Amino acid sequence: MSLEEFKDRNIGTQNYRMLDLGESPKSGMEKFKQVVERSVKLELFTGLKVTFREMYKALFKKNMHTVKYPFEKMPIAPRYRAIHQMKRLLESGHYRCIGCGLCEKICIANCIRIDTRYDENQRKEVSEYTINFGRCIFCGYCAEVCPELAIVHGGRYETSSEQRASFSTLEDMLTPLEQLAEQSEFPGFGAISPNADENVKKTPLAY
Amino acid sequence: MSRNEITITIDGVECRTYEGEYVLNAARANGIFIPAICYLTRCSPTLACRLCLVEADGKRAYACNTKAKDGMQIVTQSEEIMEERRAIMEVYDVNHPLQCGVCDQHGECELQNYTLELEVDSQRFAIADTKRETKNWSSVLHYDAGLCIVCERCVTVCKDMIGDSALKTGPRGGAAVDKSYKQSAPKDAYAMWNKLQKSIIVPSNGTEYTNCSDCGECTAVCPVGALTERDFVYKANPWELREVPATCTHCSSGCQIFYETRFDSIDNTEEKIFRVKNEWNYVSLCGAGRFAYDFENRDVKRDATALKAAVEAIKGADTIRFGSMVSNEEALMLQRLKEKFGMKLYNPEARAFQKFLDAYAHASGHSLYPNDFREIMRECDFVISVGSKLRNDNPNARYVFNNIQKINKGAGFYFHPVGDRLVPTFGRSVECFEHRPGDEEAALYLILDLFADRKKLPKGVLNYLDTFHEKRKKTVKEKVMKEVVEKLLDKETGEEKEVKKKVPQMVEKEIEYEHNLLVERLGGDAENFDEIFAKMMKKKESFALIAGEDLFFHPHYENIAKLIALIEKSCSMKVVMTPPKSNSLGVALICELDDECEGYTIGYNAPGDFRLSALGDGDLDMPAMNQQEGTFVTMNKQVVPTNAALEYGGYELNDIMNELGMGRELTIEWTQELPVEKGFQCVKFDEMPNYYLNDGTEKRGYRLATIKRRASRSNPKKLDDSIVISEGDIAYRCNPPRQFSDFTDKAHQIFEKFALRASPERAQELGERVEVLFDGASIVLDVEADDRMSGDIVEIPDFKSGEDVISLFGESRYSKVTIKRV
Repeated sequence: MSLEEFKDRNIGTQNYRMLDLGESPKSGMEKFKQVVERSVKLELFTGLKVTFREMYKALFKKNMHTVKYPFEKMPIAPRYRAIHQMKRLLESGHYRCIGCGLCEKICIANCIRIDTRYDENQRKEVSEYTINFGRCIFCGYCAEVCPELAIVHGGRYETSSEQRASFSTLEDMLTPLEQLAEQSEFPGFGAISPNADENVKKTPLAY
Repeated sequence: MSRNEITITIDGVECRTYEGEYVLNAARANGIFIPAICYLTRCSPTLACRLCLVEADGKRAYACNTKAKDGMQIVTQSEEIMEERRAIMEVYDVNHPLQCGVCDQHGECELQNYTLELEVDSQRFAIADTKRETKNWSSVLHYDAGLCIVCERCVTVCKDMIGDSALKTGPRGGAAVDKSYKQSAPKDAYAMWNKLQKSIIVPSNGTEYTNCSDCGECTAVCPVGALTERDFVYKANPWELREVPATCTHCSSGCQIFYETRFDSIDNTEEKIFRVKNEWNYVSLCGAGRFAYDFENRDVKRDATALKAAVEAIKGADTIRFGSMVSNEEALMLQRLKEKFGMKLYNPEARAFQKFLDAYAHASGHSLYPNDFREIMRECDFVISVGSKLRNDNPNARYVFNNIQKINKGAGFYFHPVGDRLVPTFGRSVECFEHRPGDEEAALYLILDLFADRKKLPKGVLNYLDTFHEKRKKTVKEKVMKEVVEKLLDKETGEEKEVKKKVPQMVEKEIEYEHNLLVERLGGDAENFDEIFAKMMKKKESFALIAGEDLFFHPHYENIAKLIALIEKSCSMKVVMTPPKSNSLGVALICELDDECEGYTIGYNAPGDFRLSALGDGDLDMPAMNQQEGTFVTMNKQVVPTNAALEYGGYELNDIMNELGMGRELTIEWTQELPVEKGFQCVKFDEMPNYYLNDGTEKRGYRLATIKRRASRSNPKKLDDSIVISEGDIAYRCNPPRQFSDFTDKAHQIFEKFALRASPERAQELGERVEVLFDGASIVLDVEADDRMSGDIVEIPDFKSGEDVISLFGESRYSKVTIKRV
């Protein structure tokens, strides 16, 4: 393959189509003429027509386009990458995170940290988990690398608060227990592909 | 053992190696990769994993136990071999928990690595799993049997290197491998699987807990996450840890270690040491090296008033007393202070060693002992230890002694007054002499008597040795075949028959033998010594003598030095010494030490009127050894560098020197100023390497040069009974294993207490707490039973410098004491 295409870095003149806007007025007279022409033709009302039409729809047909943010929010795409969520196991309600530290390792902004310990049940307990959202660039690598689909991106895009740490601990990101039934899988990077079964060789079991 | 160089061909590459070297080691030394899990360099081949299968001259062989012969042709990869190896890895992967994310070995796991290396991407074998419990074997060892692949590296290293033999394989109770696999699985994989299904690692004493010295070497060699340090379990992942190459400074072995550091936790982002790692193929650590790493002086700020006070104190000091855990650079600074201000330098351990080395140099003609421990471990097959408590004093001396028994099929003499139950288990040919304290000279005379080339001995000594030989008679029992006539009843015919039979019978017989009075004096079995010794000497070629701390702290140290010089000259014996504390050798070479401590004393990690301390309890804080750079002299006479693993915010000795106008910009600038006339070299700190090559060659710093001088020719003195302690309560200055100084004591994973230690029987007699009365002083201590001790001598530790036990004992490690119950 020729690399010429990549070597031409003068993107300013490439494949642009100029709009035909006609001639711009040059002398004072021409400018005056253009103003009068536009006023008399009532071009303004052509624009205002759209405004009044929408106003009518909103006031009388209950078909409002303005979102009353922050009281109302737009739905966002399921693969949108905003503040992280920590998922729970559906059966037990226990957090899925096993504390393997892969997200911590892969994080290019170096903003994830995990504290783990050996707990009373001889298991690895994640005693604390934080993401420094002051540094996070929402690249999605953590969700992609997670072997348990435990950390994923959610749709919470409002990241202003009094403290940076406000939504960055394990507790903040975990699915609340009462909402466990509504917990959904993240379809973005890291999720199991629909044909995953076809790509896996099965291990024999002696049971 | 002879080391003839030969050439073998591995995969078409000509490799130089030694005759009798294992093919695997030869390949590694020449940079050729042969996969192997169970093999440990310096230990005997286990043959558990069978991964190192190769073709040697066309035949299947295992590289780890095939000895190289000249002209040998080795093929490391063929279709058959690769199929075998892949199948073996598949077997290892059967039922191995798929919890890599949780495992502590995740990222540096040999099972992971070889599974990927041998491209195992599917599994064809299956077997019912066995429930295997996770156990804590001791205060530091954690064993997760579920992860264990039974490569037996832990068992091997514990037996062949450490000498505790605390682990063995036990029954697993697993299902039998399905017979149908015999056809489908490759031969070796099937055999290995059968063995694997039967065994698991258990403590060898039959209990749930290991009774060992808690060195943790088994955790280091474990290829998977089965054996880990209890404290490290699930705390951090290997890849998060920053590896700092350093030198362990607890004892004079000066082992190369890696401090592994990371931020402490989310709440505390300070750097902290999480564990210590070592190159376990070439270095074996002790419990102090591995677990006593958190002795740093934390949270220190620069305190200018304390610094001023220290400077004033030094100007007015009469003595600087310091511990041996100082770097060469610090020792040099102290020496410069002495030169400028004329104060005394006091370090009793290094002083004793210095005096001994002086006497030795005077007698032998060279400033340092000629050999090193690595050399004798590799080459010798008869090792003699005099004057060191092998189990407690220097771990590496013990490992060398043990390794020679196990790997070089060696024999050994162990001369020590304190009875030990472990040393005799090192090998069948270990002969222990529990002699009376102070009688070390007799042991050295015995060595001369047994090993010396009589032509090389001076006449006086020769005549003196002859006085110890007597002709005596002893009765021996002998087996004689005797003919006996027996009457037998034939059952069928009912007839009695007389049958002649030969029956062995023991007959007592009196024979004449040569009675060695030295053996008798040292508490040996003089009657049968000739036979025992002849057995031990079979096929032995190379001999070594380890001279321990008792010899330096001996009233007749000068005479002992003469005897050692004479042994070196007349016995073709390699001689090594174990410097008493961390850097005693370096201090002894660099500083002009004094015999007494007088007047206003500055204590540097030692008692004093003004204390500079890295323990955080002094008048001015100093950095601990894991917080500063510097060099050390190891017992192998190597000057090795160590790096700072942790931050330190306070002043160091060089800052005091700067205040006095004698400093350098950095402490490490003193490194190239170390005295060349004492054997040091003018090498910059940053140019010192600190690593091992694949063939085990040590690339660490540089070797001290030995300075030649004229040897004096005076014969050693005869034995003197007046210094031998033969009755009464005897105390021995000796630390428990894993305890060396205040710094090991500070570490949270070292549990050995500051207590009097005695054999279980003696401890029971003594009760719980005793007062030990010395001449004019006393110390009150708890009593602890040490089930590996025997005899009546009690051990009193000196690792707490504040207790100043070393002064209680004075110039000997033994003292007559009175012990009272409290």
